[in-house]
Amino acid sequence: MFKVISNEEIAPQLHRMVIEAPRIAKARKPGQFAIVRLRPGAERIPLTIADDDPVAGTITLIIQAVGYSTQEIVATKAGEYIQNIAGPLGMPTEIENWGKVICVGGGAGAAVLYPLAKALAQAGNELITIIGGRSAEYVILFDELAAFSKEAIATTEDGSMGEKGFVTGPLKRILDESTTKPHAVYAVGPVPMMRAVSELTRPYGVKTIVSLNPIMIDGTGMCGGCRVTVGGEVKFACVDGPEFDGHQVDYDELFARQNAYQELDEHGCRLDSVKV
Amino acid sequence: MTELTIKERMAIQRTTMPEQDPVERAQNFKEVNQGLPLEWAIQEAKRCLGCKKRPCVDGCPVNVHIPEFLDKLAEGDVAGAATILRVDNALPATTGRVCPQEMQCEGKCVRGKKGQPVAIGWLERFVADWAAENMEPDKAPAEQTGFRVAVIGSGPGGLTAAGELARAGHGVHVFEALHDTGGVLRYGIPEFRLPKRIVDQEVENLRSLGVEIECDVIVGRTLTLSEIRDDFDAVFVANGAGLPMFLNVPGENLKGVYSANEYLTRTNLMGAWTGDVTGTPIFRGRRVVVFGGGNVAMDSVRTAKRLGAERAIIAYRRGKEEMPARVEEVHHAEEEGIEFHLLVAPLEILEDDKGWVRAVRLQKMELGEPDASGRRRPVAVPGSEFELECDAVVVALGTVANPLLTNAEPDLKLDKWGNIIADESQATSLDGVFAGGDIVRGGATVILAMGDGKCAAQSIDEYLKGKTPKAAA
Ligand SMILES: Cc1cc2nc3c(=O)[nH]c(=O)nc-3n(C[C@H](O)[C@H](O)[C@H](O)COP(=O)(O)OP(=O)(O)OC[C@H]3O[C@@H](n4cnc5c(N)ncnc54)[C@H](O)[C@@H]3O)c2cc1C
Ligand SMILES: Cc1cc2nc3c(=O)[nH]c(=O)nc-3n(C[C@H](O)[C@H](O)[C@H](O)COP(=O)(O)OP(=O)(O)OC[C@H]3O[C@@H](n4cnc5c(N)ncnc54)[C@H](O)[C@@H]3O)c2cc1C
Ligand code: FES
Repeated sequence: MFKVISNEEIAPQLHRMVIEAPRIAKARKPGQFAIVRLRPGAERIPLTIADDDPVAGTITLIIQAVGYSTQEIVATKAGEYIQNIAGPLGMPTEIENWGKVICVGGGAGAAVLYPLAKALAQAGNELITIIGGRSAEYVILFDELAAFSKEAIATTEDGSMGEKGFVTGPLKRILDESTTKPHAVYAVGPVPMMRAVSELTRPYGVKTIVSLNPIMIDGTGMCGGCRVTVGGEVKFACVDGPEFDGHQVDYDELFARQNAYQELDEHGCRLDSVKV
Repeated sequence: MTELTIKERMAIQRTTMPEQDPVERAQNFKEVNQGLPLEWAIQEAKRCLGCKKRPCVDGCPVNVHIPEFLDKLAEGDVAGAATILRVDNALPATTGRVCPQEMQCEGKCVRGKKGQPVAIGWLERFVADWAAENMEPDKAPAEQTGFRVAVIGSGPGGLTAAGELARAGHGVHVFEALHDTGGVLRYGIPEFRLPKRIVDQEVENLRSLGVEIECDVIVGRTLTLSEIRDDFDAVFVANGAGLPMFLNVPGENLKGVYSANEYLTRTNLMGAWTGDVTGTPIFRGRRVVVFGGGNVAMDSVRTAKRLGAERAIIAYRRGKEEMPARVEEVHHAEEEGIEFHLLVAPLEILEDDKGWVRAVRLQKMELGEPDASGRRRPVAVPGSEFELECDAVVVALGTVANPLLTNAEPDLKLDKWGNIIADESQATSLDGVFAGGDIVRGGATVILAMGDGKCAAQSIDEYLKGKTPKAAA
């Protein structure tokens, strides 16, 4: 059992939860995630470890309540318990002082981006951060990210905050205008966004790292449910990733597999499947 | 020996096992075999001739004293039988249900030469179930050694070692990666073959022996083996062989294609079969094709049937004789209406216009010369390709070692398949670290994992003699 120390709503449907998990707090590195199972019978939900405090023995999760399980998790109050948290999982981000890097986050992807960006900044990198959302209230963690970025830009589809449009707008401008080529672009968000960013950076020859979020169960390489195709090879995102070379990812496949269960009725059946 | 002549013993027919009706059971997850009544079990035990050579004992990987326990049972002394069984077998309720008896004890039984072997597996199960209900579990010895031993993995290997070590008076702490115990016994083998209450009971017994069990610890990630070695006096590694193999044919990542591990884990560990909409979902195909011919394939295909598939089909590249599954499972599967497409190999999984599985393209095979395993090698028949319509595919080709733990431990010697190298005492290349079960053997069996766990516990006990507990230092 893992005790919830605090739980605050930092944006609509977006919660920051600090949870007691001393072993994970000690072992965790930026880029890694944990699997959270709220109660017996609940699903195992992968969530990035946004921060840790090894002295207090706590980890921080930033969770967007998008469906049943995440809603149930964010409804857990301070002082209450989460049944299971396993981690840290996945490969840590390769953190070095590369020089200049651009961090791009879309929607809840900003939560996954946050720990990478923080670690990159702490390693001495010069950060330009671009955060996008449908409207102002969906641009999350902007101030937190801006705090350690040299430049931070928000984009919204309705223009309610920052530039109107998508994250690719300012990203293209920066790539065109900058005199020194950035070492890398880190992009985390919905699949269409990561695909668009990767397509944009490809002709510039800028290394692009994306963090993939396929459906997972165990998170330890045991089920293969999280498999993604990268550079024509099958990889398990939970152990080989979740970060991969954005120019090599088969996004169509990822998108299809992510949505598989949305297409089933409540019995787990497909009405259009084969006649027997 | 009870006073029966050989002739009288020979005259007794092998018992049958009361089973759920095949049509009914194909729609539920309750255990197929219902267990023998006491009188039947005693009568069956009397079929044992008590022969001098005891080939059954040689056939058993852990050399259970079979004639002795059968003799006690024949006398009606079930508790006595259970006591004998317990000496060699820590998980008899499990192995009585899942051991491939036809290749082990029963395969060697002299009565099988002319007729049917003694139903040793069913009797083992009977005695173990009786003991679970009627006998007190062991208590931890009053005298504790002060040593602390870590066990990594709570499958049959880890559970057995934990029990033996606790009985020897050592403090035992089990680390398990998943949120629940039992390894394959919980997430792999379905309820209809091995009810989870049996795994629960084994774990309960360990707890009453004072074993601490900590779930959600992934060794190699949450903790490293080195950290564990620093804290404990010895370690037993039994993390299984959990990495699923795939077919490597086009279409394998379509929606509706599962590894058997994912399919069975969703169903068993995550309870998808209960239909709880707040829990883990599973796609309930109407026509499900399962690739493979082992226990994992049988478990998957029979699960598919129980999840409502109108047709559940095994596609296997060799013949029925070559299928590695337990004979009883194949027989049960046939009774439940599972279809067998033998001598076919997959070429491709085909998609519909929405990215879901629509069919598999197969090629017919014929059996050629025997290969290294002694089984006849399947050879493709040219021009024999055909399509089989289906909406879900389960790949049950077996599993290999998961490198998560071993990758973090460069000094731990592995073989070329990534399995940990252990000697006959289960010792590895690292001092005080022992290993057994599937992580050493590759995908093997429950009884072998259990045997390794027991052997390792004895070796660890030996290893600790003359040492000072770390906690005391
Ligand atoms: C490695 C990894 C790290 C992640 N880190 C975070 C994080 O830090 N914060 C956060 O809010 N979310 C994170 N996610 C996404 C999170 O796991 C999903 O939002 C969650 O599983 C949805 O479960 P649900 O039952 O609430 O929603 P569901 O009812 O299952 O689905 C609601 C919607 O979410 C989509 N969805 C379902 N499962 C996933 C999934 N695994 N990934 C993405 N979308 C999914 C569905 O397509 C659907 O549109 C991460 C995912 C992965 C794989
Ligand atoms: C579907 C299926 C059906 C089978 N049917 C039969 C049968 O009928 N008869 C038979 O004899 N055998 C059968 N087998 C094989 C048998 O189950 C295995 O040989 C046996 O379970 C191996 O035991 P083990 O203790 O070595 O490992 P496992 O049972 O695999 O247990 C290993 C445990 O270690 C945990 N673990 C893994 N990595 C880590 C880590 N890094 N840190 C901490 N914990 C970790 C796992 O979560 C798991 O709980 C079957 C296997 C499957 C998959
Ligand atoms: S989540 Fe099961 S293998 Fe990655």
